[in-house]
Amino acid sequence: MRQTAIRMVHELARRDPRVVFVGSDLSAGLLADMKAEMPERFFMEGVSEAHVIGMAAGLAMDGFVPYVNTIATFLTRRCFEQLAIDVCLERLPVRLIGNGGGLVYAPLGPTHLATDDIALMRALPDMTVVCPADADEMARLMAVSPGCPGPLYIRLGKGGDPVVTGGRDGFAVGRAVPLRAGGEVVILATGVMTARALDAAAQLDRAGVLHLPTVKPLDVEAVLEAAAAARLVVTVEEHSRIGGLGSAVAETLADHGVLRPLERLALPDRFPEGYGSQDHLLEKAGLQPAQIAARVADRLARL
Amino acid sequence: MTATLDQRARALRRLIIDALEGGGRGHIGSSLSLVELVRVLYDDILRVRPAEPDWPDRDRFILSKGHGCLALYAVLADKGFFPPDHLTRQCRPEAMLGGHPERALIPGVEASTGALGHGLSIGIGLALAARLQCRPSRVFVILGDGELDEGSVWEGAMAAAKHRLDHLTALIDHNKLQSYGPVREVLDLEPLADKWRAFGFAVREVDGHDVAQLQAALRAVPFAPDRPSALICHTVKGRGLDFAENDPTWHHKARIGADQIARMRDALERA
Repeated sequence: MRQTAIRMVHELARRDPRVVFVGSDLSAGLLADMKAEMPERFFMEGVSEAHVIGMAAGLAMDGFVPYVNTIATFLTRRCFEQLAIDVCLERLPVRLIGNGGGLVYAPLGPTHLATDDIALMRALPDMTVVCPADADEMARLMAVSPGCPGPLYIRLGKGGDPVVTGGRDGFAVGRAVPLRAGGEVVILATGVMTARALDAAAQLDRAGVLHLPTVKPLDVEAVLEAAAAARLVVTVEEHSRIGGLGSAVAETLADHGVLRPLERLALPDRFPEGYGSQDHLLEKAGLQPAQIAARVADRLARL
Repeated sequence: MTATLDQRARALRRLIIDALEGGGRGHIGSSLSLVELVRVLYDDILRVRPAEPDWPDRDRFILSKGHGCLALYAVLADKGFFPPDHLTRQCRPEAMLGGHPERALIPGVEASTGALGHGLSIGIGLALAARLQCRPSRVFVILGDGELDEGSVWEGAMAAAKHRLDHLTALIDHNKLQSYGPVREVLDLEPLADKWRAFGFAVREVDGHDVAQLQAALRAVPFAPDRPSALICHTVKGRGLDFAENDPTWHHKARIGADQIARMRDALERA
């Protein structure tokens, strides 16, 4: 997913003279082809996220579409004010590609775990927040990304995630993707958790899965329709239970008076403890497929 | 320091007092220190078209210390970017002119500033865009001395030098006072000129109220080939109002009454 996103910046830049790449201090050799082919549109600015966002805003003010890439925590927390004022207040077409959404950087500890990025980005007016499920979906998103109005945050998974959205055309920002027909349960998931939700649904009877690659703007109509048809609504995300997909869905259901039991499966409101791997930390949080299925079954039994 | 204000210096400051009267509030000292900076930029340096504020080849000016916006508003109104009656509605509920400048609302404003430490990097982006698009646009950014406390300023300074942005000029409104008190006590910036040199800028210093010195320096940019320029402008906070000069309590005032406005107008005519 990450390689697809980065590679496609180069492809987009070949087709669209407005596209530029801005990194902070990324891996040696990253986008070497692009740097060689169009050095004037390849920027590696150093460990200076506040500056990077301001500079990208300036480029966007005069017609460029900057793709800014660094680790998700630094791209969201460190330069939050620049994102709010320089980018969002001006509704500029800056694209933020956040490496390691969620628990991807498990061995690196809490400084690198992007467990609040969706909440932070959702809170910014006019920011679109997209969490693709796999490399296929990432490619489709990237293909349409230069034309998206306003700022866009793209949350990257680890890479090598199973492809669950294959065989589709295009990417519609703000539209849900039904992946499995349901019955009494509908699981709403985003990002790489959609694959785990599908796996969990297969272990349950009559559970559907609605993939929500765009967390903001949420596909309100699809969420309400799915919820109205179910006895239990479940959200699954690799993010704090505060401010992410579960919060967005809860707000939507409450706002529209569609009152269904809601099970929000997410990370607890505390910094993750321990290291290991993404899968290890997901298991600690009860977010692996069998755990999801068990938690859903348990809630259903208590309805 | 120049002894008296000339007619234009007085006229622009009258507009600032009009805005203070209309809004009943504003950053007084912080605006009065940079009147000559924006005056010389708009009178003599910037290639801009007030009737066509989006002209692509224009020079870009960013007031990074957005709280000094009353001086910018005065000059933009004087130049015809918008009618001067906007000044007297400053900060009112439906006003175009707020306590900090907004790009989307005000013709001639290139960046929404007020949160400090943002303007230089935005200016760097604009300068890079001009280079990529082969436009002749130059970029000028006014920073406050208190603003230089922000680390992001120095991130931007390093980047401006790295990219050899000789069409970018940073003007420092060095009035020696930040909100709480003297800069040297709150967070000392010295040696300031050496800092900018160390970060890769070509540096000059002027009396920031001396129009001739400002004209000469700004006509000379870039001060060195392939380098961004920094012009440290030694100014007086509150310049033009004897009772406010060098007094940090005049950084910002709210609930400004008619008696205070009358006192300001009187002091200005004596300045």
